[in-house]
Amino acid sequence: MNPSNYLILAALLFTIGAVGVLLRRNAIVVFMCVELMLNAANLTLVTFSRINGTLDGQIMAFFVMVVAAAEVVIGLAIILTIFRTRRSASVDDVNLLKY
Amino acid sequence: MSAQILAQAAGEITRTSTGEAATFWVLAPVAVLAALGMVLARNAVHGALLLVTNFFCLAVFYLLQDAPFLGFVQIVVYTGAIMVLFLFVLMLVGVDSSDSLVETLRGQRVAAIVLGVGFAGLLVFPIGGVINNGTTAAGLTAANDGGNIQAIARLLFTDYVLAFEIVSALLIIAAVGAMILGHRERVDGKVTQREMLRRRFAEGGRVTPIPGPAVYARPEGTRLPAGLPGGGTDPGAGQGAREGCGDIEGNGDGDNGAGAHARGNPRPVGAGKGTDR
Repeated sequence: MNPSNYLILAALLFTIGAVGVLLRRNAIVVFMCVELMLNAANLTLVTFSRINGTLDGQIMAFFVMVVAAAEVVIGLAIILTIFRTRRSASVDDVNLLKY
Repeated sequence: MSAQILAQAAGEITRTSTGEAATFWVLAPVAVLAALGMVLARNAVHGALLLVTNFFCLAVFYLLQDAPFLGFVQIVVYTGAIMVLFLFVLMLVGVDSSDSLVETLRGQRVAAIVLGVGFAGLLVFPIGGVINNGTTAAGLTAANDGGNIQAIARLLFTDYVLAFEIVSALLIIAAVGAMILGHRERVDGKVTQREMLRRRFAEGGRVTPIPGPAVYARPEGTRLPAGLPGGGTDPGAGQGAREGCGDIEGNGDGDNGAGAHARGNPRPVGAGKGTDR
């Protein structure tokens, strides 16, 4: 097996996550799809780190994880705040900025 | 052939070990299926659990690729902390608030799927071509010499120390931001029990609490309004029982009640049933 197979897997996972972001309406599920995309990017970083023989890719993946954790905290807090006022977690109900 | 031998002598990897290949070919379909299931699952909790499965597979891939630190961080941070946070918010928001299946933009679903397939093709086929060319991986044996965690720490606190400091600031900002978002400012002062008592007596009307449903009632059933000890029904109690009933019903059927919930009108279930005796 060639190590680049990991890249194909990461590409597939990223695509699935992107399609999920486009398809789903529940804000929390959309968030989980974003997490999937971030993890797919992490897998490419780790694989490239191994292909290049340096640890910089792993450091990048580490930073991505930290930023993702911060992003999840803020995003879920926003979802909860919106749910408090609108009693809904659907992204369709928060479209007042549309026009 | 001799080039390959030379590459292997230099620590480069063209082919991974059989064990790694077997693990990859077992876990890669699991990861992809779990991701697909996460996107397709109607229930958000099922989606979260499938995502946990996917993250575990990714952790194993990190371990396979000479990144033990990231592998365990993936398990501890992602499946341990972040997914628990997700489940926590899911339970707060309500599990029954499932997706609406109404398409607000016509043809969005088909367009998204076509886009996804095209994007996957664009990403996968060039990488497949690269694999057929036979790329070599340098391998991390030299870089991980003396321990993966030690090597990562050395890089983190020398070359990437500025990014590390900025990320620590970001974490503090995120924590404070989450606290601000979750905080509810109390506009007026806290109402004490004495004030509540005074208000209740000043308003007049009923001052005792409404008896629970089915108190003094001869037939059993929580839908029945409270009866009086001498017979007959308490009018206020009946109303209370019916309101309580409607509330319980409205919360109870979660499958199709999500829309009604979102607009805040629980259906008046059981109205009139309580007083027919």
